[in-house]
Amino acid sequence: MMKGMTAEQKAELARKFTEAIPHCKALGMVLEKLEDGEAIMSMPYDEKLIGDPRTGVIHGGAVSALLDTCCGSAVMSHPKAPAITATIDLRIDYMRPATPGQKITAKATCYHVTRSVAFVRAVALDEDEGRPVATASGAFTADGDPKRRSTEISNDITDDVSEGGDA
Amino acid sequence: MNLPPNHKRPEPVEVVKQRRDAALSGLVDGVPYVQFLGIQVERHGDELTAILPFDEKLIGNPMLPAIHGGVTAAFLETAAVIQLSWSTLWEDMETGVLDPSTLGPDNMPYLPKTIDFSIDYLRSGLPRDAYARARVVRQGRRYASVHVEAWQDKRDKLYAQATGHFLMPGS
Repeated sequence: MMKGMTAEQKAELARKFTEAIPHCKALGMVLEKLEDGEAIMSMPYDEKLIGDPRTGVIHGGAVSALLDTCCGSAVMSHPKAPAITATIDLRIDYMRPATPGQKITAKATCYHVTRSVAFVRAVALDEDEGRPVATASGAFTADGDPKRRSTEISNDITDDVSEGGDA
Repeated sequence: MNLPPNHKRPEPVEVVKQRRDAALSGLVDGVPYVQFLGIQVERHGDELTAILPFDEKLIGNPMLPAIHGGVTAAFLETAAVIQLSWSTLWEDMETGVLDPSTLGPDNMPYLPKTIDFSIDYLRSGLPRDAYARARVVRQGRRYASVHVEAWQDKRDKLYAQATGHFLMPGS
């Protein structure tokens, strides 16, 4: 199914898949750019995302959700990775609280893909782009075996490895 | 029956429960994002279990379907922060330094700040309720290290685990 797809078709599939994710819709995430292992995704400020009612700063978990989704999208758009993936692990470093009222933008790069694993790093910024809010690095599944693609991959993901949550 | 002169009657169970539940709800109910995800916390004595009831809006992969990895991350991080705040609050609450009835959305306890959080995704998050328990591995004056385990059906079959480092409030 994935063989013979052009880069544009694959990016389009990844975009459709990302935009169909209920949790991304609930958080108002927008895919701004997606090509060749690079993804840019933004999330508007919303009161329901507040983690500290005293200051109005959004919860770290909401930033994590954005970073995780953006990393997964970057993997799916990589020419050497299959069009579906799941997080194996993700580490997030929080540099500073995001400024209340500002949109958060995540930029992810899938910088290496092996036969089974895709490596990704990402940064989350608010409107002060010189000072990152958070960074992330993670490993994602990249199962290139055509036999395990399409429907088989769903069973495979459910049965053993990963969480499949994000992308 | 003769009691020693300095004997103090134990507090009535309702009073103890009311105080502890008030302190816990002060930590959980005041945070909009925790409410948005629908996270609840159950308490047995001082042991806490965070619960994430399944909901459509938590889905990250509509084809499987599976819980969003970001939701799992947020759930585990929330469980870690609540556990860490709870263990610092406990002493003050039980010794009467803190009156839990003063806690609320406008008067939240200062929460620890996450420095880093690292999540292992062990299994796909199935479309059903998830549970998490956190353990404070080390707590110093400024920094703390917390480990969290999360499961769905079977307690010993984890679907995710995480370790995080936190900056303690006031440090």
